[in-house]
Amino acid sequence: MEKTLDLKFNYTEKKDTRSGFGDGFLEAGRRNPNVVGLCADLIGSLKMGAFQKEFPERFFQTGIAEANMMGIAAGMTINGKIPFTGTFANFSTGRVYDQIRQSIAYSGKNVKICASHAGLTLGEDGATHQILEDVGMMKMLPHMTVINPCDYNQTKAATIAIAEYDGPVYLRFGRPSWPIFTDPAQKFEIGKAWKMIEGTDVTIFATGHLVWEAVVAEAILRSEGISAEVINIHTIKPLDEEAILDSVAKTGCAVSAEEHQYNGGLGDSVAQTLARNNPAPMEYVGVNDSFGESGTPTQLLDKYGLDAANIVAAAKKVLARK
Amino acid sequence: MEKQTIEQLEGTASQVRRDCLRMVHAVQSGHPGASLGCTEFFVALYFNQLNHDPNFKMEGKGEDLFFLSNGHISPVWYSVLSRSGYFSPEEMNTFRKLNSRLQGHPATEEGLPGIRIASGSLGQGMSVAIGAAQAKKIDGDDSTVFVLMGDGEQEEGQVWEAAMYAAHWKVDNLIATIDLNRQQIDGPTAEIMDLIDLRAKYESFGWEVIDTLQGNDMKSVVEGLEKAKSLSRKGKPVMNLLHTEMGFGVDFMVGTHKWHGIAPNDEQLADALGQLPETIGDF
Repeated sequence: MEKTLDLKFNYTEKKDTRSGFGDGFLEAGRRNPNVVGLCADLIGSLKMGAFQKEFPERFFQTGIAEANMMGIAAGMTINGKIPFTGTFANFSTGRVYDQIRQSIAYSGKNVKICASHAGLTLGEDGATHQILEDVGMMKMLPHMTVINPCDYNQTKAATIAIAEYDGPVYLRFGRPSWPIFTDPAQKFEIGKAWKMIEGTDVTIFATGHLVWEAVVAEAILRSEGISAEVINIHTIKPLDEEAILDSVAKTGCAVSAEEHQYNGGLGDSVAQTLARNNPAPMEYVGVNDSFGESGTPTQLLDKYGLDAANIVAAAKKVLARK
Repeated sequence: MEKQTIEQLEGTASQVRRDCLRMVHAVQSGHPGASLGCTEFFVALYFNQLNHDPNFKMEGKGEDLFFLSNGHISPVWYSVLSRSGYFSPEEMNTFRKLNSRLQGHPATEEGLPGIRIASGSLGQGMSVAIGAAQAKKIDGDDSTVFVLMGDGEQEEGQVWEAAMYAAHWKVDNLIATIDLNRQQIDGPTAEIMDLIDLRAKYESFGWEVIDTLQGNDMKSVVEGLEKAKSLSRKGKPVMNLLHTEMGFGVDFMVGTHKWHGIAPNDEQLADALGQLPETIGDF
C-alpha cells in the first residue's frame, strides 16, 4: 500500500530503534566520561555491546536481577555518574516499579531507564514480554520524563539528549526493523512536539513506531480529500500541551496513536489536555484493555487495530463527530 | 570532627535515645524499638568512625557515605545527624509533622542535609550503597560506604540480588551491617520467617562476615566497626552482624517487638526519660 501512496516522508532503509539507542549510547559515552552502563543479561538485545567494549571500566553486568540494577544505578548517580540501565521494557518498569519509585523518582536521581522490546511489535515472544502499560506506570511518577521515539535516527538523537538532561528519564524503544524516515542530523528537544505534516481537518498525535503508521495514514486520507495534521509526540511527559492545543484549535478533532493500552498512554494525556482546555472529539488508536499474543509485528498491529488503516478509520470516525 | 572517646560516645547515646523517644512521643507515631536498639551503632559511626562533613554535599566526594536501608528507624538517624551538625536539633520538633524536612521515612525531596536516598520500602538500600561504592572506585576515591539493614529486611529478595552482585564485582569498599535484633513487626523473626544462619548465608555468597556480639556495648560496637574496616579492601564486601536488643536502654521496651512501631504515652515517656540522663541538652 505504501508504495503507491504519495508519502510526505520516505525511507530507503529500515532498522530497529534499539540500534539507535545502542549507537546513541556509545556516542553519549564518548562525549561524557560520567556516562556509565548497566545491563541485566541482555547486552546483545539492548545493543549495549559497543559501549561495553569501548568503556569496560564504565559498564556493569548485573545478571538477571533488575531490582538490584535500579538500586545500583540510583547509588551511582550520587557522585555524579549518569547511569543508563538496559533491559526489556517489561522488566524496566512493572518488575521494578517500587525500586524506580523510591530510589530513583522520589529520590530525584539522574538515572536513564532504557527499555527495549516495548509493545506488540516485540512479536513472537508473546504477551509475557509485550508490555503495553509501561508508559502509564512511568508517566504517573512525579519527576519522571517519558520518551518514546519513532525511528532509528530519532532514538539515537534522544539517547544523546537524555545524557545531557539532569533527571530521571524513561526511554522506550523496540525490536522490529522499522522505516528510518527522520533526519539523521536532527536535534532532539525533550518536551517539544514535532509537527511533521500540516493539515486542517484532523490532528493525528502519534508516538513511537506508530508515527510511521500515521505518516502512511495521512497520505491515504489526503488521497481521499481529507487533510490531516501529523504531530510526533516523542516526549509523552512533559507533554507539549501548547502544540496539542494549537493544532486542535485549528482542526477541531484528534486521533491518538500508540503501541500501548488506551489506559494510561499518550491518548489519555492528550484527552486530559483537551478536556481541561478545549474539549474536542477524539478517538484512540491503541490496545483496548487486552494482552497481546505471539505473531509477527505486522500481523499483531493489524489484529489489535494499530496500523495505518485503523488510524484512517479513527480519523473518519472522529471527523463525523465534529 | 574530633573523634569522641568511648565515655563521650556513651553520653551522646543517652541523649540520642532521649531524642528518639521525645520525637516519637510528640507525634504519637514512629518506630522507637529499633531506633533504641541501634543507638550505639549510629553514635559510634557518626561520632567516631565516619570521615564525614556535616557541611553536607550530596556527592560526598572524599567522604565516607552512610545509607540507611531500614528507613523506619529514622528517629535515631535524625538525632545523630542533628547532634553532629547537619541541622539544628530544634528541627527535631518537626518530626513527622506537616511541612517538615524530617519525614516519617528518610527522604531527599525536602532537602534534609545528610540524606542521599529515600528509604522505607525495604530491601533497596544495599543496592544503592553498592552503586555509590562502585562509583567511588571508578573515581579512585578511597572512602568507605556503609549501609545498615534490618534483620527482618533480609526476607526481601532484592537483598540477595545485591549480596550476589557485591561479591561478584568485589565491592570491597562496602561495609554492610545487619541489625540482628531477631524481631519484626509481627513477632520474632524465628516465628515469622526464620533467618536461620545469616553468617553462613553471607559467607556462601562470598562475603567476609564478622559478628559484633554486644551491639549495645559501645566499646564492642566501635571495635566491630574497626575490625570491619580492617577486613575491607581485600577483595570481598564485609558484613557486620550486629547483635542488638530492640528497645535497649528502657527497661519496659527492651527485647520485644511490641515497641517496633508504637509511641510511648506521657507516663511511659517520663518513666523512660528517667532512665536516660540528659547529657547534651534536649531539643
